[in-house]
Amino acid sequence: MTKARFRPSEEVDFVVIGAGASGGVMAKELASAGFRVVVLEQGPYLDESSFTHDELKYAIQPGLTNDPNLQPITYRKAEREPAVRKKAVEYGRQVGGGSVHFTANYWRFHESDFHEHDLLGDVAGASLANWPISYRELEPFYTKAEYEIGISGLAGANPFEAPRSKPYPLPPMPVKSSGVLFERATRKMGLHPFPAPVAVLSQPYRGRAACVHCGFCESFGCEMQAKSSTLVSVIPIAEKTGRCEIRPNSYVRRIETNARGKVTGAVYFEQGGNQVLQRAKAVVVCANGVESAKLLLLSTSNQFPDGLANSSGLVGKYLMWDLGLLAEGLFEHQANEYKSIQVTRLIHDYYASDPKRGFYGGGGIDARFDFYPAGFALNGLPPDTPKWGLEFKKTFGHYYTRTISLLSHTSSLAVESNTVTLDANVKDAWGLPAVCITYTPHPDDIATQGWMMRRQREILEAMGAKKIWGDPDDAVGTSRHLMGTCRMGKDPAKSVVDSFGRSHDVPNLFIVDGSNFVTSARQQPTATIQALAYRAADHMVKLAKAGDL
Amino acid sequence: MLTRREWILGSFSALVASGVLDAQQHAFEAVRAIAEGHSVAFAYLDAAAARTLSALAAEIIPSDDGPGATEAGAVYFIDRALATFDGDKRESYRQGLSRMEVARAKLFPASAGIDDLTREQRQELIRGLEKDEFFEVLRTHVVLGFLANPEYGGNRDQAGWKYIEFDDQMGYQPPFGYYDGPGNGEAK
Repeated sequence: MTKARFRPSEEVDFVVIGAGASGGVMAKELASAGFRVVVLEQGPYLDESSFTHDELKYAIQPGLTNDPNLQPITYRKAEREPAVRKKAVEYGRQVGGGSVHFTANYWRFHESDFHEHDLLGDVAGASLANWPISYRELEPFYTKAEYEIGISGLAGANPFEAPRSKPYPLPPMPVKSSGVLFERATRKMGLHPFPAPVAVLSQPYRGRAACVHCGFCESFGCEMQAKSSTLVSVIPIAEKTGRCEIRPNSYVRRIETNARGKVTGAVYFEQGGNQVLQRAKAVVVCANGVESAKLLLLSTSNQFPDGLANSSGLVGKYLMWDLGLLAEGLFEHQANEYKSIQVTRLIHDYYASDPKRGFYGGGGIDARFDFYPAGFALNGLPPDTPKWGLEFKKTFGHYYTRTISLLSHTSSLAVESNTVTLDANVKDAWGLPAVCITYTPHPDDIATQGWMMRRQREILEAMGAKKIWGDPDDAVGTSRHLMGTCRMGKDPAKSVVDSFGRSHDVPNLFIVDGSNFVTSARQQPTATIQALAYRAADHMVKLAKAGDL
Repeated sequence: MLTRREWILGSFSALVASGVLDAQQHAFEAVRAIAEGHSVAFAYLDAAAARTLSALAAEIIPSDDGPGATEAGAVYFIDRALATFDGDKRESYRQGLSRMEVARAKLFPASAGIDDLTREQRQELIRGLEKDEFFEVLRTHVVLGFLANPEYGGNRDQAGWKYIEFDDQMGYQPPFGYYDGPGNGEAK
């Protein structure tokens, strides 16, 4: 089979921008339906032969993520402050995108996530809104994603889970020591632990081998093809159609439009810096919750002076963050948590927002360990540990195999002043404006983090931890869940796209990725990004076949 | 959500892929030189700086209870880092070492260099420099020289990994640890 190659001057049916969690699905669905597709990806086309267990390269340096030396990011808490250079957001930057290096947690959202405004009303200082679709409408596409991507889990084990039409395609992964202690303790507390749903193969599946429990998931590319990235699941199927070209090292700088207000293709830098226009009948932006907004804001014209698809003025607004805190505990015996996947058990008991708490929000808590050796010694120890000397050495030596963490995954409210904009002063290595992130968590988000941290400490105590330590309540780290910025909705004045990712302003332009999220749910966005991508692709195929694009 | 990783992400942003390859090539040559019985040359550090850094590293991760920074060859990691992917930290080292020498001369006027100090005196010197921004750069490099992959020149014979009981294998089978082992209540 020869892979498809298209000339840029040839007008293909779709150009997809970004080959990550969403773009990979889009490529497979559109090409399988008979359309000619070019996928433009900023990063390189790597495969498992180049991935290694190298902590320095992947967990400490940006081996698989955006490099702030090439693509600087500036950050400020509020618009009145000067923005300073800081890697405030992180995303995968290769074919497969973040699905290559993510921890592989794969949660469906709950039914309530799609209509929290109906349930709770307004939240002061935030823009809480219903999604334009219900869980029921999305359910078949969650199922499709779980089967095509390859997800391990146990249906029915989480009593708070929304109804599902099919069980997971693969049984759950073997439990680790953290999971055993967590399950036992939370059951005793009257809570409902369940096996973590993960995008990792517990058994061989569709030509890929099962996980060998090497432990290098988070921040790493899988050497066994057992992590269900789009790189190893759907992208190979897209390429096998002979109608899909994945074009790596192709950094899109602008989407072109014609006098009729339709998009005509995308201009990108190829390796070496030449600029190329790939012509297409329709454009699908799957570049992530930060890069998609940036690209639309860069694509100004006389007709679209404020950026493409931005008549609402909402492109780049309502950026939601990857919130949640880490609590750690020291245990008597060796748990050896560095082995196997990071998470095997979690709870959703505190997921729903409860007005009795006095603030909006909720979250999940998982039992995990996601430190590699050097990172643990540098950043994983109790705050009262000496920074050097024999006591420092003895502590990291003793603690490495005996520490278990609980991570909360908590809500991030949509706030209009939390934004992605273009920095007028800082440029990237290609001469494009840097992304400027303006972000301050809503007070309820911090209250939620603190409330959850107290639950985490209770659980660690019940698990038998001899010593407990954790993040301060107001800690906000680098965001790896990039949500909001091109909100979906029914009203073109209050949203950027419809529920299929179709721009309200430009009929042949789609934006389909985490940017579409109306709420953050309780983090772990990948399953929903992919379900939305399957649903959007299904709709696009119908529109294209009807000549409606 | 990884607050704890922010500092090192910010501090080690200088990577380009070729930097890593260069570092690994340097380290490969060093390992071969040792195997062939040659002494290992430093790529960036001069002998005096290397000696001082080795002495400081030996206090940050000492060898009292088994192999430490010295046996792991952490100073070779530092040398290769400064020669390759962390070249932008050379100035920090130059200035940090010079501040350290000033502090030493003030604390211990009779000494001509760190070699003249007892271990207790070296520790006293470090305590005075803990707040110096260079100390965190050095501490990070020493930890990486003990626990990062041996391909970078440190963690010789996996000394650091053996110390923390990290068993470097391509894969494992359950039970992984004590609590998921037989008889310890593994989950049904």
